[in-house]
Amino acid sequence: MSAGTPTAPRARATGTYVTYAVLVLLAVVYVMPFLIQVATSFKTEADAAANPLSLVPTTATAEAYRTLFVDSPLPTWFANSVIVTLFVTTGRVLFCSMAGYALARVPFRGRALAFAVLVAIMAVPNVVLLIPKFLVINQLAIYDSYAGLIIPLLADASAVFIMKGFFESVPASVEEAARIDGAGTFRIFWSVVLPMARPAVMTVIILSFQASWNELNHFIVASQDPDLFNLTKGVAQLASGALSQGTQYPLKLAAALLMTLPVALVFFVFQKRIVNTTTGAVKE
Amino acid sequence: MARPRSRRGGQTRDGWVLMLPVVVLLGLFLVAPVLMALWVSVSDWRGNGSPFGGDVGFVGLENYRQILAGGGLAERDFGTSLRNNLFYVVLVVPLQTVLALLLAVLVTRRSLRGRGFFRTAFYFPSVTSSVAITVLWLFLFSTSGVVNKILGWVGLNGPAWFQDPRGVLHLLLGAVGVDRAPAALGEHGFLGITWWDWVAGPSVAMSAFVLMAVFTTSGTFMLLFIAALNNIGDEIEEAGLIDGANAWQRFRHVTLPMLRPTLFTVLTLGLIGTWQVFDQIYTGTQGGPAKTTLTPAYLSFQSAFVNQRWGQGAAIAFVLFAIIVVLTLVQRWALSEDRGSRGERARAAAVRAGATARRQGGGVTGGAA
Repeated sequence: MSAGTPTAPRARATGTYVTYAVLVLLAVVYVMPFLIQVATSFKTEADAAANPLSLVPTTATAEAYRTLFVDSPLPTWFANSVIVTLFVTTGRVLFCSMAGYALARVPFRGRALAFAVLVAIMAVPNVVLLIPKFLVINQLAIYDSYAGLIIPLLADASAVFIMKGFFESVPASVEEAARIDGAGTFRIFWSVVLPMARPAVMTVIILSFQASWNELNHFIVASQDPDLFNLTKGVAQLASGALSQGTQYPLKLAAALLMTLPVALVFFVFQKRIVNTTTGAVKE
Repeated sequence: MARPRSRRGGQTRDGWVLMLPVVVLLGLFLVAPVLMALWVSVSDWRGNGSPFGGDVGFVGLENYRQILAGGGLAERDFGTSLRNNLFYVVLVVPLQTVLALLLAVLVTRRSLRGRGFFRTAFYFPSVTSSVAITVLWLFLFSTSGVVNKILGWVGLNGPAWFQDPRGVLHLLLGAVGVDRAPAALGEHGFLGITWWDWVAGPSVAMSAFVLMAVFTTSGTFMLLFIAALNNIGDEIEEAGLIDGANAWQRFRHVTLPMLRPTLFTVLTLGLIGTWQVFDQIYTGTQGGPAKTTLTPAYLSFQSAFVNQRWGQGAAIAFVLFAIIVVLTLVQRWALSEDRGSRGERARAAAVRAGATARRQGGGVTGGAA
């Protein structure tokens, strides 16, 4: 803040201290639960019950992790989450950038209609689709298969809009040059414009990764075979008492921590991009 | 002469080819399902075979009547779930909006040290899955857990959060000696539950979910407010400064009015999101204790997948959809009412409506609830 503002310096200093105090207090409230989670995952059950707040285990043990990796289906859940997330993210980047490019730059007949329908479709709340999705997946005979887990998630209207927004910002002269050289629509899309779209593609990758890794309700209705459980579904079952005698908080918190690690990793690697831009960063 | 025309035709073909995967996928997994569910909601399909089989009958609005005026358990459960979710919405939406705005205002100060750290800290809960957060919450709010330990420091005896079905408003009324329903409230009701039960407030268990929602969503909405605050820029702030307005006056009369479109987006997304509570209930309480965390979304799932009453489950989903649509429209109307001169208002509303429709959707399909 520049000098010469009407606010007296002392009042300003006090204001600054108050701001920092409030911020630090809030940050503690936001961060503490995760620190407690990490600490508790290394505690014994008795220790977790007796000292829930303590950030240092009385006797540190990795027993929860051993149980999860050796005696539980968690590795299968993890593998399934990886498989689904890889396919869904790849598919969304490809299909949604294609559609985004068409909506932004190809003046095709019916474009206004396609756009309007897409907007309308996005207004349908996710939860309303639980039963409908199951009906279609069942009817198409892809229930209890990887196809049923992956294919319905491949298209995402909001990713289409992120890509559309980016392509609209690309100068038209770039494409004209390529067109004069004789390139067709697909060639221009694939070799000229898509390589330029790195920032938008990164955004879509991050959002798709998070969304498909954290997705729960689609997987609930798309399968019941335990071999096809992903992490969210598996850990949700774990939380409601499968596998467990007693509360088993260290075990449950360790499982929740393991499923959080990949998204946390992506988040911390790309945090500048995520926290400083808000393009499509809305997560429900 | 022929050339531009064939090129236009070519572009139409190219355009549709590029759109094809998205159109097919959304058509197959969004449009078709909704139509099928609409049929199921007026049929007596019980989950065996195809819903289009010859043995499935059309029952008209019977499934809707059952949940809205059936007089039985189905109506009572639906009424209870609406009551629960209503309190959740009424508490979560204002709290998350105010907190998000406060966080955004605090972390957009240019002179602030450690801005990045604070933003990261506040946003991090938003990237973790609702399942993982629910597991954490069940631990933090367990009877001898972290929250009750902290309450103990100030001499409070924390409740058994996720086992306590008592409504907080009833508890407050009980504290001032009102333990039973006045006759007028106890004897009459709506959707199978008495007015007295309607005003019970969120149960203690539901309150824990309210706090969880505020914890996980405030960071997301903070980002929207930060973007808006950055767009406002410093000039206007400085103009207010020169006029001698103090910090609160500047915020109230300069910043807040300019944040109006973002405020609208945040409220709308909040409203849409909070009417869809599902993951937390599925992972945490399955509607208990005493059905006080039952929500329409979870009830719809339970009716169909657990109790095999598919028609009823689909009907609940469509009523929920209608509620969300109506509330969003009401909110849009209410917030656009007192703004701008009359001539300009219509035009401004139209533009804004278009813009928000797009942003809104981005949020709805942007990720799981």
